[in-house]
Amino acid sequence: MSTGYDEATEGKVYSVSGGDWDEVVTSARDSEEERLVINMGPQHPSTHGVLRLVLTLDGETVTEARGVIGYLHTGIEKNMEYRTWTQGTTFVTRMDYLAPIFNETAYCMGVEKLLGITDQVPARAQAIRVMMMELNRIASHLVAMGTFGMELGATTPFLFGYRDRELIMDLFEYITGLRMNHAYVRPGGVSVDLPAGAVDKVGEFLKEMPKRIKDVRKLLDENPVYVRRTRDVGYLDLTGCMAMGVTGPILRAAGLPWDLRKSQPYSGYETYDFEVATERGCDVYSRYLVRMKEMEESLKIIEQALDRIAGPLKGKPVMIEDKKIGWPAQLALGPDGLGNSPDHIAHIMSSSMEALIHHFKLVTEGFRVPAGQAYASIESPKGELGAYVVSDGGTRPYRVHFREPSFTNLQAFPAMTEGGQVADVIAAVASIDPVMGGVDR
Amino acid sequence: MSDNLPEVPETEVPQTPIARQGMFGAHDTGDTSGYGGLVVRRAPELSTPRPFGGYFDALVDTLDLDDAIERVVVDRGELTLHVKRERLVEVLRKLRDDADLRFELSLGVTGVHYPHLQGEELHSVVHLASITHNTRVRVETWAPDADPHIPSTVAVYPTHDWHEREAYDFFGIVYDGHPALTRIMMPDDWDGHPQRKDYPLGGIPVEYRGATIPAPDERRSYA
Repeated sequence: MSTGYDEATEGKVYSVSGGDWDEVVTSARDSEEERLVINMGPQHPSTHGVLRLVLTLDGETVTEARGVIGYLHTGIEKNMEYRTWTQGTTFVTRMDYLAPIFNETAYCMGVEKLLGITDQVPARAQAIRVMMMELNRIASHLVAMGTFGMELGATTPFLFGYRDRELIMDLFEYITGLRMNHAYVRPGGVSVDLPAGAVDKVGEFLKEMPKRIKDVRKLLDENPVYVRRTRDVGYLDLTGCMAMGVTGPILRAAGLPWDLRKSQPYSGYETYDFEVATERGCDVYSRYLVRMKEMEESLKIIEQALDRIAGPLKGKPVMIEDKKIGWPAQLALGPDGLGNSPDHIAHIMSSSMEALIHHFKLVTEGFRVPAGQAYASIESPKGELGAYVVSDGGTRPYRVHFREPSFTNLQAFPAMTEGGQVADVIAAVASIDPVMGGVDR
Repeated sequence: MSDNLPEVPETEVPQTPIARQGMFGAHDTGDTSGYGGLVVRRAPELSTPRPFGGYFDALVDTLDLDDAIERVVVDRGELTLHVKRERLVEVLRKLRDDADLRFELSLGVTGVHYPHLQGEELHSVVHLASITHNTRVRVETWAPDADPHIPSTVAVYPTHDWHEREAYDFFGIVYDGHPALTRIMMPDDWDGHPQRKDYPLGGIPVEYRGATIPAPDERRSYA
């Protein structure tokens, strides 16, 4: 037991690491101070990554809550200014690492808007993007639900969430080659077409997943412990959401059916049949219900996208036809385990010197993007994910900024928790579902 | 040359903002750094003439603050209002409150550093969305490097709190009137503002428990 006392400028400081808490409790009880300031994090199992919370307590009541972020800042936006437009996808996929496909798609839509090729992205690429995004949405919501359960002290939702997410991770690995950090979506389309058998695998997943979601619902929907820990906790109504710029499931749990897939459709979402999930509770429980409903709706979208990929869009290109932008996308798995395009290699290495030069220039120098600025936004699992991209006409981004929903939503947690119980802080933060990789970028 | 050929008149060729040679720029050294061949003659200072198209005309008319707006740019289907910094709060308040505008949702503030635009090096960009009318607008304002002050808009959109702190941290834009303008991503005692164009990528010595790791470009010498 190491309990250190320290007379700081503003009262006594207790630092505790392991052991018996009685000493601290006795000392705090004997203290004259009414106010207790406690520090949570940045390394704390229930602060969702390296988030630090500073809470001022009066007994069990939180009178003031402040978040401290920046512990995972990696300078992604700065780094992107030193790489080509295509290489940018490799950076952005690492931001919100639980929703990589969304980061890539938002970024690529921004670049495509700048290039003026939004309409030329092939329909098959769009359908694949939609399918991958919705799979990713389910994976992200499963983690949100699972870690949330664990942070409230229940390990079963966590195990359920991660077990079911594994199905999606396997699909991603099969399709993109990686479980995370895919860099799969590229300006102009996607990096490679679906491998043989992918449609069947997604089909099996569609059969299996509804059962899994039902299991989670059976476990949590009417679980009295769960409901008492979540209902009327972390209250944030529509006015609060608007003022704090909160979007996504939190906003829909406040009753507003605002979903960019419906209100400002992209990637052909206007042609899919699905519903926007809303609840009216404004609390943690409603956010959970919205996420569960969204997973079920996502399954519907995946099914429709899969029908198109396997049906009318079968064999269609997945990369823009413009050879000045599109990389070769019809790759085959080579003996070294890497994706390569034998036809393309044969073409550039033995039949056309110009094609070789062109390929070399496209890959090393990259394509030029006309000067200007554009903002492309999509509905990520956390809310509106916006990519603000500025070009000066060169082969590298002049500036890329991401409007990260996690970053913006996290700002609202003091509004949800101040005046409430200290135990509810964890529930409120978990219901925001912040991913620190996205918050800090 | 013989003298009986007609004289060729010298015509003035209007210059495009950016000179470009084909999609790939390099034409002399084969430079693959990505900057070969691009000659920026002047910034693409655009100002879109009316009509802007879509709901943009009605939006600018309803806003009715032409003296606060330096120029209006419509590009790639997006409307950008370039607003004088001293009028920024007023413009945003009207955009939020007017019944025909109703930009309830702000998508945050960010900065862009244009060192070549003298007198307006630092840009502060706000994206707004109206849920009532399903419209969008971008409000851009600027400040010179020598006087990097822009009025804070936290009072209009409370969500700008962290966003303005981030823009201050990365670009050194001072938002006057912000409740607590401190660094948010970088450590409190950090020197400089990392996303400015004059701030290098890497090259910053890293300190860890008394040991100092030199910048990447100074770690090893092959001489």
